[in-house]
Amino acid sequence: MSEFDAALSTFSQEAIELLTEMETCLLKLEDTPDDSETINSVFRAMHTIKGSSGLFGFNVIVAFTHEAETVLDCVRNGERKIDAVLISTLLGCKDHTINLLEFCFENEGVVELPAALQEAGNDLIEQLTGKAAAESLPSKVEEQSAEVETEGSEISADNWLISLDFKADALRNGMDPLSFLRYLKTLGDIEQILTHAPELPSGEAMDPESCYLHFRILFKSDADKAMIEDVFEFAADDCDIKILPPNSKIEHYLNLLNEQPDTQVERLGEMLIKTGAITAKDISKALQHQAGDSESVDVDIVAKPLGEILVEQQVVQKTVVEGALKKQENTRQKVAAEANYIRVDSSKLGDLIDLVGELVISGAAMNLMVERHGLPDVEEIATSMNVLVSDIRDTALKLRMVQIGETFTRFRRVVRDVSKELNKDIELTIKGGESELDKTVVEKINDPLTHLIRNSLDHGIETPEQRLLAGKPAQGHIILDAHHESGHIVIKISDDGAGLDSEKIIEKAIANGLIKSSDGMSQQEIFNLIFEAGLSTKQQASSLSGRGVGMDVVKRNIEALRGAVNIDSVYGQGTTITIHLPLTLAIIDGFMVETEKERYIIPLSMVEECVEMDAEECEIDSIQHYVNLRGEVMPYLRLGDYFHNRTKHNAVTGRESLVVVRFGQNKAGFVVDDLLGEHQTVIKPLGKVFQDLKGITGATVLGDGNVALILDVQGLIQQATKNKPLLTTTI
Amino acid sequence: MAIQVKKEKGVTQIVMHDEMTIYTALEQTNELLPHLKVDSELQLNLSAVSEIDSAGVQILMFLKQESKHKNIKLSLIQHSQAVVEVFELLNLSSYFGDPIMISAGWASS
Repeated sequence: MSEFDAALSTFSQEAIELLTEMETCLLKLEDTPDDSETINSVFRAMHTIKGSSGLFGFNVIVAFTHEAETVLDCVRNGERKIDAVLISTLLGCKDHTINLLEFCFENEGVVELPAALQEAGNDLIEQLTGKAAAESLPSKVEEQSAEVETEGSEISADNWLISLDFKADALRNGMDPLSFLRYLKTLGDIEQILTHAPELPSGEAMDPESCYLHFRILFKSDADKAMIEDVFEFAADDCDIKILPPNSKIEHYLNLLNEQPDTQVERLGEMLIKTGAITAKDISKALQHQAGDSESVDVDIVAKPLGEILVEQQVVQKTVVEGALKKQENTRQKVAAEANYIRVDSSKLGDLIDLVGELVISGAAMNLMVERHGLPDVEEIATSMNVLVSDIRDTALKLRMVQIGETFTRFRRVVRDVSKELNKDIELTIKGGESELDKTVVEKINDPLTHLIRNSLDHGIETPEQRLLAGKPAQGHIILDAHHESGHIVIKISDDGAGLDSEKIIEKAIANGLIKSSDGMSQQEIFNLIFEAGLSTKQQASSLSGRGVGMDVVKRNIEALRGAVNIDSVYGQGTTITIHLPLTLAIIDGFMVETEKERYIIPLSMVEECVEMDAEECEIDSIQHYVNLRGEVMPYLRLGDYFHNRTKHNAVTGRESLVVVRFGQNKAGFVVDDLLGEHQTVIKPLGKVFQDLKGITGATVLGDGNVALILDVQGLIQQATKNKPLLTTTI
Repeated sequence: MAIQVKKEKGVTQIVMHDEMTIYTALEQTNELLPHLKVDSELQLNLSAVSEIDSAGVQILMFLKQESKHKNIKLSLIQHSQAVVEVFELLNLSSYFGDPIMISAGWASS
């Protein structure tokens, strides 16, 4: 009866809350008697209490609240006016309901309502309705446990139905069905058993060593399904076992289903397993069945839903599956509704994240102290607090994460309008809209994306006639794709348009004085020229694009977000623009290194590996300034040289390390004096004064109060590639 | 020889010796089959069945089925304790419909 008790206490809590609310509302009604919402609340309180009391068999409460409800319904419909007298009567009703509740809880099973309570109730009803209502109030509490008692006497409803269909080889495999039944008896009572052998052959065909036995068992037991299934564990291969829970359990399962938390949409199978209605084995069997169905040659046969299979295989009753499905649907709706439920001022989130940032810094300071004073017992606490802090950090940052899909869908309209304007037929495909990134990043990426898409629409995709001439389908395609990649989000905009003409770009770039010649430039570098100011390959400027302003702005905007943009194109086949963006702008996991006693942070997501400079696996060419790491060649940069104009190496610390970093496809090595390890880094933007500083994107405050600079990995990789000759001369 | 056959006034009484289990099932079936062809009334004496398992039960069910088909009057007599226990477990007493005598000497199970 413990579950009943639990439900009862829920009911009492709920009822008291409702009544308190009712009181507040009634008092409010004294000032604003016409507020329909408030009247509704009062009505709902009475109505809900009436309903719940009915469930528990508290008929005295039902009878009383029914009268109050009727009156309130009249008020609600405007048939009766609410005045001070009615309000005070209703307040009296509220008090009386509480008394009734208390009485019912304390005197379970007591049939006689004390005369005082009875009288008080009648008085109130008289005041409410203006007539005596003695006959409408039953004076006896009904025997509420009557139902529970009858439950036990009904055999078939309360038994497990177990079907055992042994396969022919069961006996030969050493199974003896009898032994399973004997074991089953230890778990409960076999109320009824039907033994039959419908396939028993006739005459000579009889094979006495094959098994033809089938059993249908009504089994009475308190064991759960998994326990019963365990009995037949060894027979599982040689026997079709179906265990159908007792009907009386259905309600139990449905209750359990209802009690499951609504926070997450779960799969049907998982929900049913959790309630114990089915076991993991049932599910895997049903899933196999389902997979078998979908593999069948006949295309017309659609794989059945799991729930249907479960019912068909007689492992669970239909009602339970239906209950679970309903619950699943409710949860789904609830989750969906909750998803856009809380609206928070984004500045509040910003404050929270700032605070978390400070927390991270002071956490680091504490670690430092713990380490310095060597307190082992404090260290343990500090470690667990660190874990919490980093969890809080991640969760706080996640609060600001939004799906990029919403931004993407906005482009559907852009594509539709623009393609109409240009007389082009263009379809937009969106992929990976569920990828998440920081809201601030999403907001800032919107303009560059719009620009790039307009560019694709205008420059990229040709008119249908041109497309047909080029042997392409008349309808052009633009694909917007987003996915996560090592702490970054990668957004790709690809079209199947005309592609970039590198000849034209070079021509234009030379004409504009951007480059002197295209010698030694890779295809990629040539394409990236279109991000330079003043370059447009479109012969005619349109209202949309082609004036040569924009692409440089796009690039600048993206780089301001610590991102990068790359372009790749095949002439005549299309263009793909790839944008790499960090997921967040506030806090990152950093990797701290030291050079010349100065500490630097490299975003951890970009660190590939660390090796010692004098390790055998890396070969350094200090003249050409590259490092050969296990056959992979990449440029390297000595941070000491770069930031401190150091000219002497190795002698200073004796040992240097190489940190291999990666950004997009580019890799480079940074040579540092010391590796200090991971560090949670709160990014503090640098002031305007340092805006043009190359190689640094920001700073962070360390636990000891010092400042460490955050390296602009992308910029430094470019430097490492570009500055080859310069650095060679310094050696 | 797992069975012993006596004929009396047109009634064939077969005494099952030994256990009725998967190990003896094949032999017993082979020996019993011929009787289903010739006899019109069969009595199966189970008093000496020390052990019976699913295979044994199956043979009895088989005999019952066959005798029904061929209008042979089959009765099981003098069930041993092992047989009764299994019949009870499987609720088969009514299936065979033969009166079961419970001997006072059996240990209560």
